[in-house]
Amino acid sequence: MAQIPIITEAAATTPSPKAITLRIARYNPQHDSAKKFMEFIIPYEKWTTVLEAILEVKKYFDHSVAVRYSCRQATCGSCGMIINGKPRLACFTKISELNSNVVTVEPMNNFPVIRDLAVKFERLFDTHHKVKPYLIRDDTEITTDSKEFLQSPEELEKYIQFSNCIKCGLCNSACPTMATDSSFVGPQALAQAYRYVADSRDKGKDTRLKIIDESHGIWRCHFAGSCSQVCPKGVDPAMGIQLLRGYMLGFRS
Amino acid sequence: MRESIIMKIHYGTALAAIALVAVHILIRLTQGFSESLQYESVIANYKFLPYAGMLEIILILLSIHGFNGLRVILLELKQGRAYEKAVSYGCVAAMIALITYGTRTIIMVNTGTG
Ligand code: HEM
Ligand code: SF4
Ligand code: FES
Repeated sequence: MAQIPIITEAAATTPSPKAITLRIARYNPQHDSAKKFMEFIIPYEKWTTVLEAILEVKKYFDHSVAVRYSCRQATCGSCGMIINGKPRLACFTKISELNSNVVTVEPMNNFPVIRDLAVKFERLFDTHHKVKPYLIRDDTEITTDSKEFLQSPEELEKYIQFSNCIKCGLCNSACPTMATDSSFVGPQALAQAYRYVADSRDKGKDTRLKIIDESHGIWRCHFAGSCSQVCPKGVDPAMGIQLLRGYMLGFRS
Repeated sequence: MRESIIMKIHYGTALAAIALVAVHILIRLTQGFSESLQYESVIANYKFLPYAGMLEIILILLSIHGFNGLRVILLELKQGRAYEKAVSYGCVAAMIALITYGTRTIIMVNTGTG
């Protein structure tokens, strides 16, 4: 049997003396005129995430708190919200790393609220879809006698970082242009446009560049860089946008 | 017009303006800033054609740059088909009006009709 570290019973069962005040924004657009906050005292450990604290509230205090989540491991992109003023994934943010006795959770900015912490993703999915987030070419690698499309490590390196996007929308929530321009494509979709344009297997560069070259397209990015600051997957959408601009200004081909 | 072409013009006019405004300021320095806006000195400057020509180019560059910048700000502020059309045509009209007014001043000084 593998060695199990010995934990004294006292250490294992004594409840943690640490607790935070969790402030949850409550708002139902169907009958509330404004957002209200409800407060709960929640004990936490070094490893407790903000999502776990919210689920604790749902389990023991108020089941009606609306929150979207699924994977609990920063993979599905469901649990984006504003935590202490900054867009973050609730499942990927530990209470201990916030260094605060009060943790305030609010729905993401620049998204319409469904209820409480859950927001509508239609605009994000529409803009994502708009940039054709798939390989465009006439032939295919799935016919019986064809070979897979090979790629060198260097070719992969050009876009791999951008393929880590989980469509959580944190970047769009942080973007100042998104806040006022309801037609802007947004950093998430622009980063994905770059991801496919830079893929050596893709032949859809001209089509995609044309889609984002309009009055609410790529040029409405003013390089605030907030998208890259909040991205939980290290995608760096702001850099993707600048690299895309390189194609349009003739610095890259 | 494609947005990328407009933005290339926007960046181009900004770069050209840096160069020309630098020359403009250097010329002002050689003559002393304090006299710059005295009546005789303004008239003399406008009558010196190479310098007046450069002022005219700066006027055109910065009108294009500034009103396109204003168009961008307004397009990001509010959206809607009619509004966006009004913003685009309004900015072009204002740009032409400002250039015309400035050019008229320079021509009037030089033809003695001012
Ligand atoms: C010669 C020096 C100048 C340079 C280098 C310059 C450069 C720029 C650049 C690069 C942008 C685009 C910013 C972005 O997309 O985020 C911009 C925008 C803008 N510029 Fe200029 N500019 C200059 C002078 C002026 C002047 C004199 C005016 C006013 C007449 C002006 C008005 C604007 C406006 C209104 C915008 C739009 C705001 C924005 O897009 O952020 N600029 N400028
Ligand atoms: S780029 Fe980053 S922040 Fe934006 S949707 Fe993708 S993973 Fe989320
Ligand atoms: S629950 Fe899936 S990313 Fe947080």
